[in-house]
Amino acid sequence: MQNVIRQFQEQILETIERHETLNISGSGSKHWYGDAPSGTRLDTTPYSGILDYQPEELVITVRAGTQLAEVEAALAQKNQYFAFEPPHFGPLATVGGMIGAGLAGPGRGQYGGMRDFVLGVKLIDGLGNILSFGGKVMKNVAGYDVSRLLPGSLGTLALLLDVSIKVLPLPAKTMTLKFQMPQGDAITQMNTWASQPLPLSASAWLEDTLWIRLSGASAAVDTAMLTMGQQFSAEIMEPSQASQFWQSIREQQHAFFNANELPLWRFSVNPLSLPLPFEEHQAMEWYGGVRWVKADISPEQARGIALENGGHATYFRGPKSDLHTVFTPLSHNPLTAPLEIVQQQVRKAFDPHGVFQTGRMPY
Amino acid sequence: MNAPFQPDLKSRQRLVIDLLKPILDEGALLWEPEDTIPYECDGLAAYRKVPLAVALPKTEAQVVAILKICHAHQIPVVPRGAGTGLSGGAMPITDGLVLSLAKFKQIIEINPIARTAIVQPGVRNLAISEAVAQYGLYYAPDPSSQIACTIGGNVSENSGGVHCLKYGLTIHNVLRIRAILINGDIVEFGGLAPDAPGLDLFSVFIGSEGMLAVVTEVTVKLVPKPQLARVIMASFDDIQKGGNAVAAIIGAGIIPAGLEMMDQPATRAVEEFVHAGYDTDAATILLCESDGTPEEVAEEIGKMSAVLQASGATRLQVSESESQRLQFWSGRKNAFPAAGRVSADYYCMDGTIPRRQIAELLTRIKKMEEKYQLACMNVFHAGDGNMHPLILFNGSDHAQWLRAEEFGSDILETCVALGGTITGEHGVGIEKINSMCVQFTELERNLFWGIKAAFDPLKLLNSDKAIPTLHRCAEYGRVHISNGILPHPELERF
Repeated sequence: MQNVIRQFQEQILETIERHETLNISGSGSKHWYGDAPSGTRLDTTPYSGILDYQPEELVITVRAGTQLAEVEAALAQKNQYFAFEPPHFGPLATVGGMIGAGLAGPGRGQYGGMRDFVLGVKLIDGLGNILSFGGKVMKNVAGYDVSRLLPGSLGTLALLLDVSIKVLPLPAKTMTLKFQMPQGDAITQMNTWASQPLPLSASAWLEDTLWIRLSGASAAVDTAMLTMGQQFSAEIMEPSQASQFWQSIREQQHAFFNANELPLWRFSVNPLSLPLPFEEHQAMEWYGGVRWVKADISPEQARGIALENGGHATYFRGPKSDLHTVFTPLSHNPLTAPLEIVQQQVRKAFDPHGVFQTGRMPY
Repeated sequence: MNAPFQPDLKSRQRLVIDLLKPILDEGALLWEPEDTIPYECDGLAAYRKVPLAVALPKTEAQVVAILKICHAHQIPVVPRGAGTGLSGGAMPITDGLVLSLAKFKQIIEINPIARTAIVQPGVRNLAISEAVAQYGLYYAPDPSSQIACTIGGNVSENSGGVHCLKYGLTIHNVLRIRAILINGDIVEFGGLAPDAPGLDLFSVFIGSEGMLAVVTEVTVKLVPKPQLARVIMASFDDIQKGGNAVAAIIGAGIIPAGLEMMDQPATRAVEEFVHAGYDTDAATILLCESDGTPEEVAEEIGKMSAVLQASGATRLQVSESESQRLQFWSGRKNAFPAAGRVSADYYCMDGTIPRRQIAELLTRIKKMEEKYQLACMNVFHAGDGNMHPLILFNGSDHAQWLRAEEFGSDILETCVALGGTITGEHGVGIEKINSMCVQFTELERNLFWGIKAAFDPLKLLNSDKAIPTLHRCAEYGRVHISNGILPHPELERF
């Protein structure tokens, strides 16, 4: 693997010489996410393998080019998993892509996002230097928390080599309940439940149905099913069907996401926001913190509505246009506008020559 | 410091007073030694410096005005909360200002359904949990100093506590931070939405030790209070067995609400002090807590007991009531004061190591006790490998303090060698700044400085803390030459 690392370093230095950029990519499963990147492809897949996994430490350390499916299989063998349930969006998805995209699935609402689980990284910066931050331990406040900058940076800061990620034991029991409920009621109800000591592990709402997943000690799950079932009439889902449903939300294979050709907008908002003012159908995850809307709306309108609801909008999937960026720029919110220059300077600290500045996210 | 030629401190102080007095309320600017000396240190009293002045603003507009003035005149600023920190992070800078957030004490809003509270930075950690208890909610991170420490300081240190194995650190329990950059710009990190656009600057900000911006408002996440909690107290006749039991609990798929360990010197000191009912014959004891619904707790306590027994526990005791649970915890929570009773002074370390190395580190600390001729008692957050060795010494004997410092550095470097880190939750501050030279390479430290400069190009905010300069590391290396190889040979020496 030393050879592979040396080749990465050489490729970075040569690209700097040519004043060009490198587009870091694993399997390409999420190549559609973000603004269209420029640059020559740097293929991370030769740098693959699980480096260290000791279940009793609740940490796994893997190389960026390792397939996510392989890592999840290794965890499952020891009854553990990534509680943020990252979407793969393709059978060959890699760990590097998972970190770069920074996306999370159904477990995000309860257990936290990708960045909450990153403990340490080894990376190559834009000068070809190998640097390490964080580590393999749960608690570490030595220096700035640089590791957690990598999730969601879409390859624009540095080339990730190795990453240590916190894992959790699989819950002893998982059950899913289905409630017929309009959107407004669902927003209030799932947040009311979340403020009570109930073992919630995921929530989703679409097509006037609220789906609640309960996970934990089997006694806790049983008691919660009873309590919630007494409040509203609930359908208890057959476990394999339920797990298919959550999989279809995680990977966006559910009919909602593929119903028509319209672009898919992702609104990340204050979970208690009222239903967003669109004619089109909406779906919700994470107690209402994420709203999916399939609609042809202008970025100005989308960003305006998101800001009014305490968040931001992303043109998640759809035909790309040169007219606007996929992500909401920091300048759109007066309270983040001064951070635009800070963000640029942070990026430069990693990559002074701009070798990773592919334009995939706005700076 | 980038400041040009510095006139003497007295005239510098005059300037600070003249600039800041007009914008602050009566009595909110202190400069007489009798007023500023109480601010000369934080919870780490071994390091002291008296600042030029102390400002106690009460509005955000005043904070903005202060920072703009300090920025324009290149006056260093050290933000300060309750001053309970254990790493000297709030130690003043001699030619600088201490910016105390002590007057920012309002809980602005509590939203029980959203499970959020908006609080000012000077609100005490425990005061949040007390204010939201009526809704069956609480704020999870519970550093031992939670009676006194403030949320602004918790954000700056990314504080943990006894329950962070299950409930996470400050970073996992804070949603939004409003802060003022050194140039006076008001900014927001994070938000009520699950994520924010752009790079995740929120993550870098949490735990940045007051070096990047000044916090004026924090939105915290609240969690439902479990219906019940019970704790198991397990004795082991051997440290190795106790360490292995910790790994076995986690390996069995259990995440305890708290998993703490104390060695015999610690239990003996504590037992004499609070009578918690500890087994003082045991080489080590474990406190292992379960919380949740009564059914859930019963199920988990059963599983935990079985694992502990299989790991060779010589005695198991499960709390039978809330008062007994608190009694079991009282010893652990009073470990530091107990150390203060058996020794004139103690020096608290904060390294973190992989769980499997616990026994190894304890064995090495035993050897160091002989080497440095000082006793050490060990209490720690075993569940996440965060150790708090307490080195006992007599501060009136300077030679003892020097040995204690060496002992401490030795422990921290051993933590790094065992795959861990020099600080789990107390921060680097001024105390562990030299150890940063060991944990990070020059290139890594340069990146830290690059991030610092992105927020604070003139290096005015608490710049002598947390991240050592190249020269400091060179000096430290000079004192600690290993194997005859001089670190940083490229640097000029004096």
